[in-house]
Amino acid sequence: MRALLSRDLRLAIRAGGGFGLGLAFFLIVVTLVPFGVGPQGEVLARIASGILWLGALLACLLSLDRIFALDFEDGSLDLLATAPIPMEAVVTIKALAHWITTGLPLVLAAPLFAVLLHLPAPAYLWLEISLLLGTPALSVLGTFGAALTVGLKRGGLLLSLLVLPLYVPTLIFGAELVRRGAEGLATQVPLAMLAGITAATVALVPFASAAAIRVNLR
Amino acid sequence: MTLLTVENLTVSRGGLAVLEGVSFSLASGHALVLRGPNGIGKTTLLRTLAGLQPPLAGRVSMPPEGIAYAAHADGLKATLSVCENLQFWAAIHATDGVETALARMNLRALEHRAAASLSAGQKRRLGLARLLVTGRPVWVLDEPTVSLDAASVALFAEAVRAHLAEGGAALMATHIDLGLTEAAMLDLAPFKARPPEAGGHRGAFDHDFDGAFL
Repeated sequence: MRALLSRDLRLAIRAGGGFGLGLAFFLIVVTLVPFGVGPQGEVLARIASGILWLGALLACLLSLDRIFALDFEDGSLDLLATAPIPMEAVVTIKALAHWITTGLPLVLAAPLFAVLLHLPAPAYLWLEISLLLGTPALSVLGTFGAALTVGLKRGGLLLSLLVLPLYVPTLIFGAELVRRGAEGLATQVPLAMLAGITAATVALVPFASAAAIRVNLR
Repeated sequence: MTLLTVENLTVSRGGLAVLEGVSFSLASGHALVLRGPNGIGKTTLLRTLAGLQPPLAGRVSMPPEGIAYAAHADGLKATLSVCENLQFWAAIHATDGVETALARMNLRALEHRAAASLSAGQKRRLGLARLLVTGRPVWVLDEPTVSLDAASVALFAEAVRAHLAEGGAALMATHIDLGLTEAAMLDLAPFKARPPEAGGHRGAFDHDFDGAFL
């Protein structure tokens, strides 16, 4: 399993792997917002948490279709299905690799981008916490969409339509956590909800994704 | 010792039976070559045996995790080197036969080349070298000799022979004579599925419409 993780990370970093694509996309979204809504600091500060979360979510979505499609095309997925590791483990490892190459850079870079949006100072810590807790759920939920669309040509758009509604709870509680943190309100409830959603997602979704892949391989 | 027993197997593609009543057994040290025209269901049969799809009827018995499957696609990553590709599959199967596999398929000189820069035949040889690192007894091969030249076919036949000598078994669908004189032949044409009107299996859509999509 460590071999699968290191292979996926290596593939992502090498030429054509798409590493950093999500990060660049995130940066562009965040820089475009002031052009759209105007440069007034108070307006930006109010919408910053939502924009940052939305940007992170879209950046994550961008690379989802690569999770299984490339392995399906070159036959690796067939061979992994006949390998001694269970498909659920393959899905979990691939979600982890996706998070390390997409989610983690977003978490690390978010404070930098938050400056562009005048995010209030007390919110920085909560932004980090919310992204760190929430982005793993985005990757794991993404594997489900990717598994459903794995055999389809040009399945990317369908994948977005399938996955985006599943991201709603994470987006609501993630953005809410940052907003409450910025205004100095109590943060326990959104924090607990966000953590709970991620825990449940990581525990349950790999089984659904593995089942979807098995059906698609037939 | 019998490694693989297939009894009265019916396999389906897209919910329709393609082969029915297939029975054979494969003992260690033996090879079986599947013959039949295009579209008869060779690939479907091999995928079913590899466990990638469930059979429509019948039984397959074999030791757990006994099958190494090699399909049309070799499962190679273009940006990884020859050696890294093999090491990955060796790690997945928890074996360490990379050096032997490289030597047996004559890939030593290409060890550090990226798989993207290999020719079609060299990629195929790397795909077959993967079989050697799985350490599994039953090789299930779908057209293993596609894009191999005569010398590589001989190399591959040698690898199969060595595998049989070590107590393994091989089941392959191929149209090329590998020169494996000891291999038995199985013509699949007599097992072609009959239409439902003639007493054959009814298609998945005929009785379980919802199940056909699962």
